[in-house]
Amino acid sequence: MRPVREALASFRRAPLLGGLSITAIGLSLLILGLFGVSAHNIGSAISDVERRVEVVGYLLDDASEEQVRIARTEMEAFPEIEEVRYVSKTEALVNARRDLVEFSDVYQDLEVNPLPASIHLRLRPGYRDTESVEAVAQRLAGYPFVEDVRFGEGWVEELFALRRLAAGAAAVLGGTFAVVAVLLIGTSVRMAILSRSEEIEIMQTVGASEGYIQRPFLVEGALTGLLGGLIALGLTRLGYDFFQGRLSGFENILWLPETWIVAGVLGATALGVVAAWFAVWRELGKAYAV
Amino acid sequence: MIRFRNVTRRYPRTGAALEDVTFHVRKGEFAFLTGHSGAGKTTVLHLTHFQTLPTEGQVQVSRYNSARIKRRQIPDLRRRVGYVFQDFKLLDRLTAWENVAFALQVTGTPHKAIEKKVQRLLSQVGLAAKARSLPEELSGGERQRVVTARALATDPLILLADEPTGNLDPRAADGVFQLFRTINRLGMTVLLATHDADLIRRNPEVRVLELEHGRLVLDSAPGATDGDADDGPSRSGADGGPAGAGRREEIA
Repeated sequence: MRPVREALASFRRAPLLGGLSITAIGLSLLILGLFGVSAHNIGSAISDVERRVEVVGYLLDDASEEQVRIARTEMEAFPEIEEVRYVSKTEALVNARRDLVEFSDVYQDLEVNPLPASIHLRLRPGYRDTESVEAVAQRLAGYPFVEDVRFGEGWVEELFALRRLAAGAAAVLGGTFAVVAVLLIGTSVRMAILSRSEEIEIMQTVGASEGYIQRPFLVEGALTGLLGGLIALGLTRLGYDFFQGRLSGFENILWLPETWIVAGVLGATALGVVAAWFAVWRELGKAYAV
Repeated sequence: MIRFRNVTRRYPRTGAALEDVTFHVRKGEFAFLTGHSGAGKTTVLHLTHFQTLPTEGQVQVSRYNSARIKRRQIPDLRRRVGYVFQDFKLLDRLTAWENVAFALQVTGTPHKAIEKKVQRLLSQVGLAAKARSLPEELSGGERQRVVTARALATDPLILLADEPTGNLDPRAADGVFQLFRTINRLGMTVLLATHDADLIRRNPEVRVLELEHGRLVLDSAPGATDGDADDGPSRSGADGGPAGAGRREEIA
């Protein structure tokens, strides 16, 4: 309890400094929080689109039912395949009449159904990348009764490029603000150490253990990080509510998942400890010759 | 108890603060460490307190050796080596009692034991009546007694004092010095750094180690540098006879 008591006493001794550090960390992490909301929404949108990634093989009219049945069984055994769906020529026509209302008249008057039967392959999560999609498409094209294979080659690639960009931006931004937070907390803890330098010198002289001297500062770093993280969370929520309530197009934006929130606040706390540890190591290590 | 073997301490920017210094202060001995400002007195004390390590040579303090000591052992060593500063280093917001208790609290003494011990320590240094005074309410001599009580709090085997009388008037200085002599008579090894020539002249029975430009130029008990000597009181200890009297006059 002593380290917590002393860390709180340190905040009381210099409330302005402590408050400024916490606010500054809160604001830095706010940017990260807002980016987190954006990243989560982009990720969720991409996942939605990804779920729709399908490889479609259009069959020759003379493909026999037996051939199709064997091929379906084989394809269901592929590790990448989540679902195999067969759409017969008749179903294709019904779908076309339903989905393409503008052309419903054209489809009404047909004497011969021109639409081919098709096999639709939905991929498992983890296999929705360009390489896997292409590999599955190639295998499907290998069947002699498959006339053509489509999988939206261009946009699948763009989709994954967008995801990579989002992940890269998150890493760079996250790293930058983590460094900013570490520097701010480190400075705050260093100031706390300097303000107690006399006391610390006496402790070191009379033989207090290093852990005894360091712990209050590590706790102070952790508390600064924790409070900064909570402030950032609160401000992010305010920002989220503001955008959701006022801007059209933002009605359906998602709030951060709980695991992200817990990880974010714990991460801020851990950053606080790391920053404090660096400050303690730099400032207090000098008294020990070894 | 304190053994320096060919100790050199060099600093990257200022060069050698200490050069090939060898001496041995035995258990229960009292020794003056003297020399002009910058001669290396404080460096000797810092090395003895392991605030710094020798660049060459070895420092042995009790069972701790500079070549082998681990960082986590340094607090243990420092509890065995009390340190008295010239400028007191008392915490202004704490009373005399609290300043002494502070040393006990931070070294893990149980709460119940602290009260009794602080009382005893303050009585030992003759300050029981001023236990509730803040440092600013105490004279220089009284403050130095509080510092001494604090240095004794962890039951050290050795007491290092860096110019403890430097800021005091002669009467207060003599009082503090007599306190150190009393502590020494109770069995504690005392190494007192001073450039007060009068103090050294008035106490001819005390061993003198004199430094000049980082070198040991006088050891009034030269036999004590013998590496294999017993760790018992030396002939120039607190109750020993005068030694190096001629050179002592020169210092004076």
